[in-house]
Amino acid sequence: MTTALLKQPTPTQAVRKPNRSFVHGLISNKKALTGMAVMVIFLALALLAPVLFPGDPSRITAMASLEPSAEHWLGTTAKGQDVLALTVHGSRSSLFVGLTVGVASTFIGILVGLASAYFGKFIDEALSLVTNVFLLLPGLPLLVILAAFLPPGLGTVILVLVVTGWAGSARVLRSQALSIRSKDFVAAAVVSGERAGRIMFREILPNMASIVMGTLLACVIYGIGAQAGLEFLGLGDVSTVSWGNNLFWAGNEGALLTGSWWVFVPSGVCIALVAFALALINYAVDEVTNPRLRKIKTPKTTPAKAERSAAK
Amino acid sequence: MRFILRRLGFYLIAFWASITLNFLLPRFMPGDPVSRMFARSQDRMQPEQIEALRKLLGVDDRPIWEQYIDYIHNIFTGQMGVSISRFPTPVTEVISSQIGWTLLLGGTALVIAAVVGNLLGILAAWRRGGAIDSALPPVLVFIGSFPYFWLAMGALYLFGVVLGWFPIRHAFTDGLEPAFTSEFIGDVGAHLVLPALTIVLVSIGGWMLGMRNTMIATNSEDYITMAEAKGLRPGRIMLRYAARNAMLPSVTSFGMGLGFVVGGALLTEVVFAYPGVGYQLLNAVQGLDYPLMQGLFLTITAAVLLANFLVDILYVRLDPRVRSN
Amino acid sequence: MTISQVSFGSHQPVLEVKNLTVQYVGDTRSTTAVDHVSFSIGTGEVFGLAGESGCGKSTIANSIMRLLKDPAKIAGGSISFGGKDVLAMTPEELRRFRWQDVAMVFQSAMNSLNPVLTIGEQIVDIFTTHAGYSRKESMRRAGELLELVRIEPSRLKSYPHQLSGGMRQRAVIAMAVALKPSLLILDEPTTALDVVVQQEIMAQIKELQRELGFSVLFITHDMSLMVELSHRMAVMYGGRMVETAKAQDVYASPRHPYTQALMGAFPPLTGPRVPLTGLPDGVKFRNIPDLAEVAPGHFVAPFDADTSVVNSVNLEGAAR
Repeated sequence: MTTALLKQPTPTQAVRKPNRSFVHGLISNKKALTGMAVMVIFLALALLAPVLFPGDPSRITAMASLEPSAEHWLGTTAKGQDVLALTVHGSRSSLFVGLTVGVASTFIGILVGLASAYFGKFIDEALSLVTNVFLLLPGLPLLVILAAFLPPGLGTVILVLVVTGWAGSARVLRSQALSIRSKDFVAAAVVSGERAGRIMFREILPNMASIVMGTLLACVIYGIGAQAGLEFLGLGDVSTVSWGNNLFWAGNEGALLTGSWWVFVPSGVCIALVAFALALINYAVDEVTNPRLRKIKTPKTTPAKAERSAAK
Repeated sequence: MRFILRRLGFYLIAFWASITLNFLLPRFMPGDPVSRMFARSQDRMQPEQIEALRKLLGVDDRPIWEQYIDYIHNIFTGQMGVSISRFPTPVTEVISSQIGWTLLLGGTALVIAAVVGNLLGILAAWRRGGAIDSALPPVLVFIGSFPYFWLAMGALYLFGVVLGWFPIRHAFTDGLEPAFTSEFIGDVGAHLVLPALTIVLVSIGGWMLGMRNTMIATNSEDYITMAEAKGLRPGRIMLRYAARNAMLPSVTSFGMGLGFVVGGALLTEVVFAYPGVGYQLLNAVQGLDYPLMQGLFLTITAAVLLANFLVDILYVRLDPRVRSN
Repeated sequence: MTISQVSFGSHQPVLEVKNLTVQYVGDTRSTTAVDHVSFSIGTGEVFGLAGESGCGKSTIANSIMRLLKDPAKIAGGSISFGGKDVLAMTPEELRRFRWQDVAMVFQSAMNSLNPVLTIGEQIVDIFTTHAGYSRKESMRRAGELLELVRIEPSRLKSYPHQLSGGMRQRAVIAMAVALKPSLLILDEPTTALDVVVQQEIMAQIKELQRELGFSVLFITHDMSLMVELSHRMAVMYGGRMVETAKAQDVYASPRHPYTQALMGAFPPLTGPRVPLTGLPDGVKFRNIPDLAEVAPGHFVAPFDADTSVVNSVNLEGAAR
């Protein structure tokens, strides 16, 4: 029999960078777009606050407890402060603390996760124990007691939030790092004598990119929410303007009982919008990286069409 | 059995960690807390009580390790000092008088949220792309994005102040005598609705999503395919094959989620002035009542650890693979 | 004779598959896993389906019971069982059809058993659902079933992880024959087991088949097992069928180069030592045409320059 002298097509396509399709998938995802749009708006507001509402937002500008009007879009507080100014300025502290706590917690989580995965054995056991203990201890009581004993201020707030928040990210990142650690390319790197730091940060970490991102988002959400909770109890930095503090004052000044809903609604809604936007992005990241969670598709050919073509 | 023992050991370590934290914190504080408290108590403190406080907060001159041993000993014999804000009631008495309310509120909310949330999650996963799966998760996640206490405030305002359907503070109407009468129980129930509803609304999203994702993962397991191949009825597959397995990670995260619910319950209590340990904790902080603060922290932690331990025992009963080791 | 007419025993084949096409539908493109495949199985016949991993055999098995999961979709063809159109069945008809008419033994028993239910409960499930027996009656029959495959009835109370690999597979086989189905699909039933246990399982299956008289669709990549058990067999490659005939004929005189390569890859246990020949690097088959009869009952897909893509350097090993 004759044979064709066809050359075997060698697989020459370049190894696709895992990030390209990920970013592409993310941008075309509606949830991600909505979330990112909301975040951009809030970040813009936070940065532009001193321009939009110059001066000290907590100064008294008008009569107390005024309803929303053309002059004061969101009305005034029981002390006579402009609620809109307070809300927009509040974004600065809340977003700043949230982002700082998020980044710090994720960073510690990465360190713990990589160290656990790479060094294994004793270090892993020890780190896991510490992580699990922190995960177990109830968050808010721990927050309260730490904040009560440490000197008040923004630094304390960030510190206690990170102390209570790092364990969650550490647990997730550790399990992911461990599963990558067991892959062959890491074993190859170890055997070929690569330095520990290089293996951890250049081999393992890049493959965890999407999980790290998801963790970062979750930690930021935690930071913003927990900060608000602390401040609501009066344990935050009472001298700054933030969403949580706005709610604290609203509670203290009896906004609910006097029916001044405009005082406590805006800050709460802002927290929810930011948290929700971040959650949407997180959801989208999950969907893009885990095909099983995506929506179900229909096939391109129908049985009838195929039948007709086969019968020819 | 070994599994249970290992978990017990772990909880003891965690408890030891919280005791140690309690011990170390006041010693790192700048200034002298005892004088501050003395000033607050308006000269009503007896010398022995001042001395006891000094010992508790480490302001005396004994070597640290001696203080530490003493402290641990005191904890295990139930001596947590005397409360400053409710002078001269001992801390243990203050706590035990109000912990019941927190258990009632937290327990009710947790059970409702867990049961309803899990059921919704199972349904959502079973009919992927269906009404429940598409509509509910985003809505619940959105509601869950609001801080606990804000939803509590909103609920208080809307249903309590504006509509006046439910009472807005305390566990029962002031002046009503606590008794096991239907009147009292009904009153307690009415006061429980808003706070419990708040906690349920915020936490139910987490339960639903968690169960849904676990179910989706379980649904792709081979034994589900085999169950379908066996021609079993869909309901049976969903419950006895899928949910029964998906429940296992759910039970584990129940334990983890307890600490979170506790936090939510505390904040909700503050908003509704519900007389549980959360409300107490806030008062203790504002009144610089360090002994009470520490006592509350330990008690709450112990309760969470205990609950986790019970969950572990439940898990052993549910997963035969852990049992026969 | 067409392929459909070559059936064993009675004139009405138990299973008739015509031009079955299954596609895996992706976001941007689709892959055809099974491409216009036709075959039929007669009453009491053991039909073997051989081929390498990924050739589409398991996909066919799942299609027969309509167990395909997204993104796999049946894109064409027909499957008829005892005259009934399987693809047109309503969900309720399908549910009753499954296990009563056709049952399947999956590759890994450990994964196909529910880890939190006892073996007994998983067998009882079958009886209470399909036969409507009481729990007590179902348990009794479950015990009988286990005895049929030589497992102590006391093991009804055991959980899957408490049984050995061979026992689990036998338990799964017992479950499959519980309702005495007309067709039993065995999807690589022994691949996950060691050779000694393999032999036990094969003997068990042969015994059951003799006793209960069901037809078997036997899927495997182990040619020696296949030839041992099957009456007729077919060889698949890349979603297409390349050869089908009586097992003895395929074994004695394989016509298609792929079949020859498969046969050559398994050493004979007895006889002189011969060098193993298989499919050398770089040999692929594309555009496989429909089967044509080359001898009574022996069908082969014609092959020539269009069909095979060969690297000329390795040509010698391809054909015996």
